[in-house]
Amino acid sequence: MKNIFKRAFALTFTAVFLALTLTSCHGSKGMKVFEIPEEFDTSRDYEINFWAKNDTNKTQVDIYKKAISDFEALYPNVTVNLRLYTDYGRIYNDVITNISTNTTPNVCITYPDHIATYLTGTNTVVPLDQLFADEKYGFGGSEVLFDAPTQEEIIPKFLSECAFDGHYYALPFMRSTEACYINKTYVEKLGYTLPEKLTWDFIWEVADKAAQKNEDGTFAVNGQKVMIPFIYKSTDNMMIQMIKQKGSGYSTENGEINIFNDTTKELLLTVADHVKTGAFSTFKISSYPANFLNAGQCVFAIDSTAGATWMGTDAPLSDISEENLVRFETAVMPVPQFDPDEPKMISQGPSVCIFNKDDSNEVLASWLFVQFLLTNDVQIAYSQTEGYVPVTSKAQNSDEYTDYLSRAGEDNKLYYDVKLKATKLLLDNIDNTFVTPVFNGSASLRDAAGQMIENVTKSIRRKQTVDDSYINELYFDMTSLYRLNRLTNVSGGTADLGKLPQTAVWLISAIIAAWVIIIVYVILQKIKKVKK
Amino acid sequence: MKTTMKKVFALLFALVFVMAFAACNNTPADDPSVKSEGVMTHDEYIAAAIDDEVVIEAYVQAKQSWWDNKATIYAQDADGAYFIYNVACSEEDYAKLEKGAKIKVTGYKADFSGEIEIADGTFELLEGNYVAPIFDVTSLLGTEDLIKHQNEYVAFKGMTVEPAAEGSDAAFLYKWDGSGQDGDDLYFNVSLNGTTYTFTVESYLCDNTTDVYAAVKNLKVGDVIDMEGFLYWYAGVNPHITAVTVK
Repeated sequence: MKNIFKRAFALTFTAVFLALTLTSCHGSKGMKVFEIPEEFDTSRDYEINFWAKNDTNKTQVDIYKKAISDFEALYPNVTVNLRLYTDYGRIYNDVITNISTNTTPNVCITYPDHIATYLTGTNTVVPLDQLFADEKYGFGGSEVLFDAPTQEEIIPKFLSECAFDGHYYALPFMRSTEACYINKTYVEKLGYTLPEKLTWDFIWEVADKAAQKNEDGTFAVNGQKVMIPFIYKSTDNMMIQMIKQKGSGYSTENGEINIFNDTTKELLLTVADHVKTGAFSTFKISSYPANFLNAGQCVFAIDSTAGATWMGTDAPLSDISEENLVRFETAVMPVPQFDPDEPKMISQGPSVCIFNKDDSNEVLASWLFVQFLLTNDVQIAYSQTEGYVPVTSKAQNSDEYTDYLSRAGEDNKLYYDVKLKATKLLLDNIDNTFVTPVFNGSASLRDAAGQMIENVTKSIRRKQTVDDSYINELYFDMTSLYRLNRLTNVSGGTADLGKLPQTAVWLISAIIAAWVIIIVYVILQKIKKVKK
Repeated sequence: MKTTMKKVFALLFALVFVMAFAACNNTPADDPSVKSEGVMTHDEYIAAAIDDEVVIEAYVQAKQSWWDNKATIYAQDADGAYFIYNVACSEEDYAKLEKGAKIKVTGYKADFSGEIEIADGTFELLEGNYVAPIFDVTSLLGTEDLIKHQNEYVAFKGMTVEPAAEGSDAAFLYKWDGSGQDGDDLYFNVSLNGTTYTFTVESYLCDNTTDVYAAVKNLKVGDVIDMEGFLYWYAGVNPHITAVTVK
């Protein structure tokens, strides 16, 4: 009898041990789930580290600084430390490095693609759904000390770009798209008239013609030794937009990779054809499109609308010397399309996410600061620095912003017409914008998309053969280099899954308890038999 | 007689030893003008077209950066310099690239806004060592001959520090327009004979812990300075300064 009790005790102990280890070790290295405090504790001081991206633009930096000082005036117990970056990739790398040591910033400017990778840490990024709706501190909350937008006032399309895996993990901060900045003077000199809507066929045809040379080796259109008729800044975007316009495969929402298909091959071979004629190059190979455009060495320069202040003869910002500038008329058009009646263009621009911390009041302070970045003063001021668009209808419909838009061309600074044309281009096409699916590894897929164009372009320039077998090998290399055969969705793969949900804990406990009862029952039956 | 023979022998032995030592000290590996078979001379490299495959041998003069198994290096031989951009390089190999180390690089000639570089390359470490003497290019500023020394280790002497921006007293800016912060590239203006040039402390090459970074942050408008650095190019001359001395 004693032995039987010992066995029963051992079994129960094992069951309890299993239940405890299963439920507690799972995700033990991560942060605890953020819960909104009842009240923001203003009796304590908080330091918020804000990693911000600017376009190497002092005015943008000054706007960040003013936003911080205005916010600190409202919340004297919060200090915001600004760390500046000019490259999303650098922020991404630094965040990844700091996740393992729990030294992430409180708030950072980022891309949703990057957040998908940050989410592989347990509760690293704060889901914002509950904060949005919180009566006191949410959008339009009773305890918010400034005139924040309501959730409905955030442009739904832009806000939806920050939702994935069933939650909002970011807020849009600014939005841009790409524009084609065109030397209209040269287009007409080549005997063409710009169409109402730009197509790929038109661009390739004009670019091929612009690549023709005189007998002395100079280019016919500009009389110079240098002419790159068509330069693309972001080849990632180039490939992604072409694929979207063609309606062909890129990836699924769950991270299934579909980019390596015949349509992509056809697109790459077309690019190769026009590299051969000297019509096309990329930023990574040749340098900034604006430098060539402004020197009269480029006809079509595709870059972000957030790069508009660098484009055109009278651009307020320029890297090239005065004597190299060439006067021409600049046209600003949406990126070329395969089907101009169904235009599709990328939506891009900075979003902002919040990292979880042990102190929930510190997280709440971060949230208040993030909301502050969406107030009209910050939104309008920042959007005016480049061809950005405010992300709230509250800012877009304000008198101040409407007045700003109406004054295109009044000067070559705040009202620089190329910048305002680029801004209006996006405002007129918000419904035509799209983003690619976000999953852990989507940033790598984006890199691979652009790298294929870069490789094809380099190979042609280096007189290598680009054909079907080259593309097949390229697909293999890209899959391997960017580990595209090992991708997972946001919460999949080797990620730490966090603590088990309470329902799962109860279920496992019930199963274990049932087994214990069954075993005890069997043992008792055996005892009865023995006694008999 | 025996003693004399011994002396002669000892003398001859010493002579042979000295000659052998001298010869050893001047092996082809250490002669920066000697190239292995199949390797271009500097003239051939300069003559090569953009996008041509190039094979060069040169000696590391400075390492600019390493990231994601790619290194960026300033190298030089007896006849000129090479900017080797993002050459495939493990972190372990990067550590071996001491100043003066001889390398053979195979890659493609590229042009990025006037900067001639070797891109998409691979390298191998060879036996040999050479540190290029500094070349004073002060008198070449503003002339067409300056570009012939692109990427070389050069000196500028007696230049005057000018305001970093119009109407400002500041002698330097973090980033080109002042939008940066400590740790970013430093931009400063210096003049000679009425012409002003923008020079840079490239933060990957010389970060904010280096003497030159501190020296530039301490500059004042009107200071007359001597500088050393690499003759980098971006839409015109844009030297990457590695040393500054206030006169």
